[in-house]
Amino acid sequence: MKRLLVVLFVLAIVAVLGVAVMPVAAQDCTDAIGCVEIGPDDPITIAYMLTISGGTASLGEDSLGAIEVAIDDRGGELLGHDIELIGEDSLCSAEGGQAAGQRIAANPQVLGIIGSNCSSEAVAALPIISEAGMLMISPSNTAPRLTEADADKGGVWQPGYYRTAHNDLFQGAIAAEFAYNILGKTKLATVHDGSPYAESLQAVMADTFTELGGEVVFQGAVNVGDTDMSAILTEIAASGADIIYYPYFEPESDFFTAQSADTPGLEDVALMSADGTFVDTFPENTGPAAVGVFLSGPYVAESETYDTFLQRWDEVIGGVPPSGFHAHAFDATNILLNAIEQVGVVADDGTISIGRQALRDAISDLTDYAGLTGTLTCNETGDCATGEALAVFEVTQAELDGNWPPPVVWLPGMTEMMAPEG
Amino acid sequence: MASVPVTRRGRFQDFSWVDFIINALRVIIILLVIVGSANTLLSGRFTFEQWVSLFVAGLAQGSIYALIALGYTLVYGILLMINFAHGEVFMSGALTTVFLAQAFARSGFLDAQPLLAIIILIIFAGLVSMSVALLLERLAYRPLRGAPRLVPLITAIGASFFLQYTFRGLFGSQFRSYPAVQALTGSLEIGSISIPIVQPVVFIAALLLMAGLYWLVERTKLGKAMRAVSENKEVSRLMGIDIDQIIMFTFAIGGALAGAAGVINGLFRPQGVNFFMGFVPGIKAFTAAVLGGIGNIRGAMLGGLFLGVIEAVGPNLVFNGLGIPGSNQLKDVIAFTMLVLVLIFRPQGLLGERLTEKKA
Repeated sequence: MKRLLVVLFVLAIVAVLGVAVMPVAAQDCTDAIGCVEIGPDDPITIAYMLTISGGTASLGEDSLGAIEVAIDDRGGELLGHDIELIGEDSLCSAEGGQAAGQRIAANPQVLGIIGSNCSSEAVAALPIISEAGMLMISPSNTAPRLTEADADKGGVWQPGYYRTAHNDLFQGAIAAEFAYNILGKTKLATVHDGSPYAESLQAVMADTFTELGGEVVFQGAVNVGDTDMSAILTEIAASGADIIYYPYFEPESDFFTAQSADTPGLEDVALMSADGTFVDTFPENTGPAAVGVFLSGPYVAESETYDTFLQRWDEVIGGVPPSGFHAHAFDATNILLNAIEQVGVVADDGTISIGRQALRDAISDLTDYAGLTGTLTCNETGDCATGEALAVFEVTQAELDGNWPPPVVWLPGMTEMMAPEG
Repeated sequence: MASVPVTRRGRFQDFSWVDFIINALRVIIILLVIVGSANTLLSGRFTFEQWVSLFVAGLAQGSIYALIALGYTLVYGILLMINFAHGEVFMSGALTTVFLAQAFARSGFLDAQPLLAIIILIIFAGLVSMSVALLLERLAYRPLRGAPRLVPLITAIGASFFLQYTFRGLFGSQFRSYPAVQALTGSLEIGSISIPIVQPVVFIAALLLMAGLYWLVERTKLGKAMRAVSENKEVSRLMGIDIDQIIMFTFAIGGALAGAAGVINGLFRPQGVNFFMGFVPGIKAFTAAVLGGIGNIRGAMLGGLFLGVIEAVGPNLVFNGLGIPGSNQLKDVIAFTMLVLVLIFRPQGLLGERLTEKKA
């Protein structure tokens, strides 16, 4: 009898709590996937999910700096509330992305996420973020499958995912165009490191190169963590390739480039990598072998707004951005903050209510936004970049001596290469 | 032990499926290796020069594995314990010294006096790694000396993480590179074969260090004491040998060799120096030590060189001939298949002695 009473008592408490809590959430939120309530004295919380440690740390620091500049540009405030930036290190790996996604999703106050940097992180984190009703805008994910909704084609897109970075369908294609039409190379070797980013990039490059009339003579891979590349380089030398495309990250790209100089048979073979290696530490770490390497990467046309941004970077962060995706991160942050401003409903006491679906819709509807990286319009699966902001760079002696970024040698649409200047 | 003569008696009465499968496995692996190698060599895809350059690069890599492997084997020989934090001892020397090396490069000392500069770097790295190894022994292992064997093993894994993240805290997590030494750039041309100068230099430097160790263990009083302790600690103590001191010496020597390996590795593969760089070489060197027969000094040297060469030559030689795509990615498969293979044929390792029940 006594036990029954206890059970009844517990049930009663649960019922009272339920009745007490439920109406608050349901009262004024009509959003399909819920609202975020921000109290009068509470900050507006956004999160970053970037790779801020390890070999790809420059990529993360580059994005993080731009987020801080964008927040600082608004005096750290939005709708009369402070902006709070929290963050997780996603380690440029699927495991890191999953862990970071889970930690961020556990915080119900987070409105949106700027991130991730590496495509592998996003593939793992996206289901968690999407399920939690949040949204993420990536400044540097370029793997095509992230904005492909059709799972049969390997797509992993889910609602709430956006990116201001260019899709690799574009980057791989311009690499092939540059190699075949401009450099006049006909035999391609591609190498990836098993990451979704590098694997899809080299696949697009190889397909386009074949379509243009070239021949793919070797497709291989290295492991993340490998230091000895002599076996694969020897294999490439034996395949007769005249250009090698290895779009992965430091330090494997450092080892690969440095050891290519020691491999007999590769003396006249052109080397080309992509934006994963487009970081200021690449020439210094690789040494003299880096000179002459072509890198495709994000390119921001010189403009007054970009100059202003660089000036603000120097004031807020100091120095120059260490990698190439700061402009994309800056645009992503502004898109998110603008959307919050647009959707947020401020009550008389200063409480803000923000519908999560409404916030997603505001970003999905983005058209002709004039950002640092060009004019941005988001399509239905979250691709917001037009691909205007890409170029091919060539590392020269000046980069070995500390200059960054390297000179642009080709922009899509040009019929011949520009001479790199000092 | 009774089973040993039984298998000798007659094959039919004592047919054992386990023996059959192991024998079949041996035959299959050997056939695969032979078929793969023959296919590759007959196809003529790779020139003789390419094989030689792979082989020499493998020797250089292998000599670095050997230097690290010696640390595993020395400690095992005396304490019968696997010091899994030894990869981190290697990392501590390599990572700390990269800053000194960069300073030498900036001041021009490295190019003006390359030999002297490299010797200073090696000594510095050796001292750093030696101190780390000594602290490890004193703080993590000595208190557990009487404990069951699993306890120091797990402690070693914990110590390994502790060291990694301590160094990450000290120096950050970005990748750094050893500066290029002008005197070591360029290649030796022998006929049509071109070998980067740095590779034979690395190999010879490692051989000199190993010769030094061999002399120390075989020809000095300290070495004699070390060998005595590894035979029997109790009797050595009765003979007046200070066991604690000898164990400390062993850790110090293993650590110094690992630190030297850190600098030599920096000459050979300058990139990728960071707090996590010790993990893979540590595992590889442990494999090399087991391959050669753990506890055996010459075995560790041989195992290291063997592993380095197999890793460099194997993917192209065996996997390519079998038509396996992505053969380079399977490099580690070669290394560890080799280990399994050697353990099937010679469970005691290439040069190891059969251990008695008490020691094993």
